[in-house]
Amino acid sequence: MGEKDLLITPLHGLHRALNARMAPFAGYDMPVQYADGVIAEHLHTRAHAGLFDVSHMGQIRLHGDDRAARLETLVTGDIQGLAIGQTRYTLLTNEAGGILDDILVTRYPDHLFAVVNGARKVEDSARLAAVFGADCEVRGDDALIALQGPAAARVVTRLAPAAGDLVFMTGAAMPIADISAVITRAGYTGEDGFEIAVAGADAAGLAALLLEDPAVRPIGLGARDTLRLEAGLCLYGQDIDTTTTPVEAALTWAVPKKRRADGRFPGAEVINRQLADGVARKRVGLRPEGRAPVRAGAPLTDQEGRALGQVTSGGFGPTVGGPVAMGYVAIDHAAIDHQVFAQVRGKALPCRVSALPFVPQNYYRGPAAPR
Amino acid sequence: MTTLRFSEDHEWVAVEGDTGTVGITNHAQEQLGDIVFVELPEIGRQLAQGEECAVVESVKAASELYAPVSGEVVAVNDALVDTPETVNSAPDTDGWFFKIKVSAPDELTDLMDADAYAAFIAT
Repeated sequence: MGEKDLLITPLHGLHRALNARMAPFAGYDMPVQYADGVIAEHLHTRAHAGLFDVSHMGQIRLHGDDRAARLETLVTGDIQGLAIGQTRYTLLTNEAGGILDDILVTRYPDHLFAVVNGARKVEDSARLAAVFGADCEVRGDDALIALQGPAAARVVTRLAPAAGDLVFMTGAAMPIADISAVITRAGYTGEDGFEIAVAGADAAGLAALLLEDPAVRPIGLGARDTLRLEAGLCLYGQDIDTTTTPVEAALTWAVPKKRRADGRFPGAEVINRQLADGVARKRVGLRPEGRAPVRAGAPLTDQEGRALGQVTSGGFGPTVGGPVAMGYVAIDHAAIDHQVFAQVRGKALPCRVSALPFVPQNYYRGPAAPR
Repeated sequence: MTTLRFSEDHEWVAVEGDTGTVGITNHAQEQLGDIVFVELPEIGRQLAQGEECAVVESVKAASELYAPVSGEVVAVNDALVDTPETVNSAPDTDGWFFKIKVSAPDELTDLMDADAYAAFIAT
């Protein structure tokens, strides 16, 4: 795709005004980093609050009777069991049990609201439309702004007091500074934070208001990637895709018992068989023992050089202060602290299989909830 | 007297006598962003002009350094192993990578002077 064919988000003018370094992502001209650079942006988000333009993601509202039951024919999650205002991470699967996308679904009184990956939104929309027909409403003109980090709650509740009632993985429609919005307490960084959906025409004004707070800095896709990697979260197309199943991807928690039992989603037979019999490989965290980053595509081997799998995401973790990665390894090499070797530039770099996430999760689960 | 030359791969080499000091340019470090790892050549290694000889990794990606001139590696900047960010803060001075005993001084004519490099990165 040539640059002239790239789409832009409603915040494109803001990115240019902030001198962002831009690059193509999911078909959009997106900010990779601003003047502060990836490491400073990453650390700022963990310490204060970062503003992310995630308007490239797809926003879809599903209407009509039996919408939760109908969505369940396409995803692995318990959608009928969602309370109003509750958000769930779920997986669109194919008949082979492969993952077509990972999405967030929130139940609202009169519709279901899905946020899907930018690079998958055309395919997802088609798949949803095949089941929902005219009840599938793609919100193509809306923007999505994420505010993430320990200061996010203070900043958002100053403009939208009702957002203070939200806990992790819940959402509600509410005004924010007189702008009509749908706010979900969720994100892709491992920190407390919010994703704020607004009309495209309102996005630049809202972003400017949020950036007025000295705790808030704009954060590009570079730091978004290091933040989600430290948080152990999958990037679709890299860590999960149609060649990986939820069982191999260590996402079995996204296939609840009720759905395993009803088996009414694509690939249920394959996934249930894998749950019963096990799988040959599994997604794990990896901590390179040296300083050299180990990146996506690096083959993983045992000490004798026998193939075990490959790295799917990897780089430098600014909060960890060293290299971090994740990838797939043969199941008999997937135990925590097991040593494997990443092949990088002709060298075998030792790595330890590590628990995910690499950093503590700082989600807000309510005033009285135990940590 | 020091002769400063630049390669199209965004390396600089400062030659004094028969010894050249090699690093990456300020433009290169700006493009790479935060540098988190460097891999240096072994002392004593013979390099041919254009040969891959070191690695610099930013948060985003790994890049190779290519020998701007032929010769033997006579020193490496070990301090970069623990503080690779020096390449960002001082690419022209403390962020040097290695020193090379220049075996073919004529090769310097293949490289750009400061004015030519400034024009090269402006295009």
